[in-house]
Amino acid sequence: MFWNTLLLSLREIRRNVMRSFLTVLGIVIGVASVITMVTLGKGATQQVATSIASLGSNLLMVTPGRRMGPGSAGSAPAFKVEDGEAIAREIGSASLVAPVASRSMAAIYGNQNSSTTVTGSTSEFLTLRNMSLHSGRTFSDSEARAGASVAIIGQTVRETLFGSQDPLNSRIRLGALSFQVIGLIEPKGQNSMGMDQDDIVLLPLRAFQRRISGNQDVSMLQVQIREGESTEKAQRDIRLLMRDRRRLAPSEEDNFNVMDTKEISRMLTGTTTMLTGLLGAVAAVSLLVGGIGIMNIMLVSVTERTREVGTRLAIGALEREVLMQFLVEAVVLSSSGGMFGILLGLGASLALKNVVMVPFVFDPTIVMIAFLFSAAVGMVFGYFPALKAARLDPIEALRHE
Amino acid sequence: MIASTQESRAPLIELRGVTKVYGTGQAAMQALAGIDLRIEEGDFVAIMGHSGSGKSTCLNILGCLDSPTSGSYRFRDVEVSQLTRDQRARLRRYYLGFVFQGYNLLKRTSAIENVELPLIYRHVPARQRRQAARHALASVGLQDWESHNPNELSGGQQQRVAIARAIVTGPSVLMADEPTGNLDTARSEEIMELLCSLNRDQGITVVMVTHESDMAAYAKRIVRFKDGRIESDEQNGRAH
Repeated sequence: MFWNTLLLSLREIRRNVMRSFLTVLGIVIGVASVITMVTLGKGATQQVATSIASLGSNLLMVTPGRRMGPGSAGSAPAFKVEDGEAIAREIGSASLVAPVASRSMAAIYGNQNSSTTVTGSTSEFLTLRNMSLHSGRTFSDSEARAGASVAIIGQTVRETLFGSQDPLNSRIRLGALSFQVIGLIEPKGQNSMGMDQDDIVLLPLRAFQRRISGNQDVSMLQVQIREGESTEKAQRDIRLLMRDRRRLAPSEEDNFNVMDTKEISRMLTGTTTMLTGLLGAVAAVSLLVGGIGIMNIMLVSVTERTREVGTRLAIGALEREVLMQFLVEAVVLSSSGGMFGILLGLGASLALKNVVMVPFVFDPTIVMIAFLFSAAVGMVFGYFPALKAARLDPIEALRHE
Repeated sequence: MIASTQESRAPLIELRGVTKVYGTGQAAMQALAGIDLRIEEGDFVAIMGHSGSGKSTCLNILGCLDSPTSGSYRFRDVEVSQLTRDQRARLRRYYLGFVFQGYNLLKRTSAIENVELPLIYRHVPARQRRQAARHALASVGLQDWESHNPNELSGGQQQRVAIARAIVTGPSVLMADEPTGNLDTARSEEIMELLCSLNRDQGITVVMVTHESDMAAYAKRIVRFKDGRIESDEQNGRAH
């Protein structure tokens, strides 16, 4: 019974290949966009998670403001170098503390210029970031203390400014000031968040504060906890220390954040997951539109095929057999459109992964859901036209012109 | 002769006091005003009459496409007027074949697949289905046209495909509604010869509606309708 219905439906679809294709085009595009959005979104989420995990679990980031995140830095006072020194002094489990301040600006050498991130920190910064020097040297203590005009540059900056020349001992210009290049960082490539880690100019923090930002602010304190020590305890201790240093009354909330990598990862993946969901929802709307397209064409097709339905009924087709035929037609159409869309979406994700720099994460669940959803779209939107066909009066239908 | 047949067994088709009214109240239109008609197995009946005489309504009722408003229609031992829509569909599926004026073949579907259609609804397995369809096409002289679509066939050929589709199931009765209405004289005669031979050689009862007396002349019996009643009902002198 089912095979017969399937056979009838398939013959019907084959009769109208072009129209069938156009009918399901909406579904194809809808499913393809859902699959692409979600696959890329999953890739981005995974990438953020691994990139944060690669920082190590023993890293704490102390930032001013109530919550770290896009658009919610808050107006809390910034940290000072002394805060970092206090952590290094008071928190026994902290092995390294790097105060960080940064800003994007253009670095200029000769007639070349490169817009990059200028970061002021200490030489501990390199250790914390697992960076090593390719050539040259890091800041000396006296340079750090004095805020000397020296810079360590990343590979990307070197390439843009110097081409194949050796940058060491050349002087680059940041704003109105010139800095001597003393070191070149070993290339690290992009981190998995898609950020070029080599696009950096590192200055002594004091030099950055005096000559670039013009204030004593530190935007972040990075703290590395000694191996084997509890990060939770360190987190608690740093929090108490900072509350104390910022003279917060017991009733006041923290105006800073001490986050370990797990929390950061949760927050960032939360954001990407939400974005993925949103994009997925937008794409799902196009699936719905595709379904309406199917209903539209099916209704037209029922009218156009009235005589055919009449013939089938006269030949002895039961009402429910006609209903099933049209329903199966709609479901076969929409689910094959879904299948096609899945392939297209996966193909697009593969093609786009190098453009948007996220890994390709195959998610069988979403593929399954997209397929079932497209089949369901055919079922739902095919039912009404199918019912219309099945309820036709054979005599009227045969007379239909 | 009729009396003796009646005693030996029930007729294939028996209408008694069948009326059909379309619409209700003021708009009511009586298409059939009390029809009594018996058709024996193996007969070839031509139903004639002007348009509006009720002949098409009668054929629709005989073909179990429609139910009478009142009266009784017995097909073999089954009271058709009591059947549901699906039961009538099953009766059509297993006992009746239809040929229409406009052929009503499925477009963009090969002749053989058109002929297979009723067998699909009968759930005949694919191999047997193909075989039976081939055989039916051969019996209407179209063995070389199996893979042609209707638009590649002439009107006469299309009607022969339609006849093959109607007889592929080995029906008891073939209902033909103006089967030659769209054809020229030569093709019409071919079709009529075909119907006659099916009636003669395969014993298929044929009930045909026509308004052309040339075509009706091929039948064994001619029933004339006028204003929803049977005006005359006579055996046809033509020898088969």
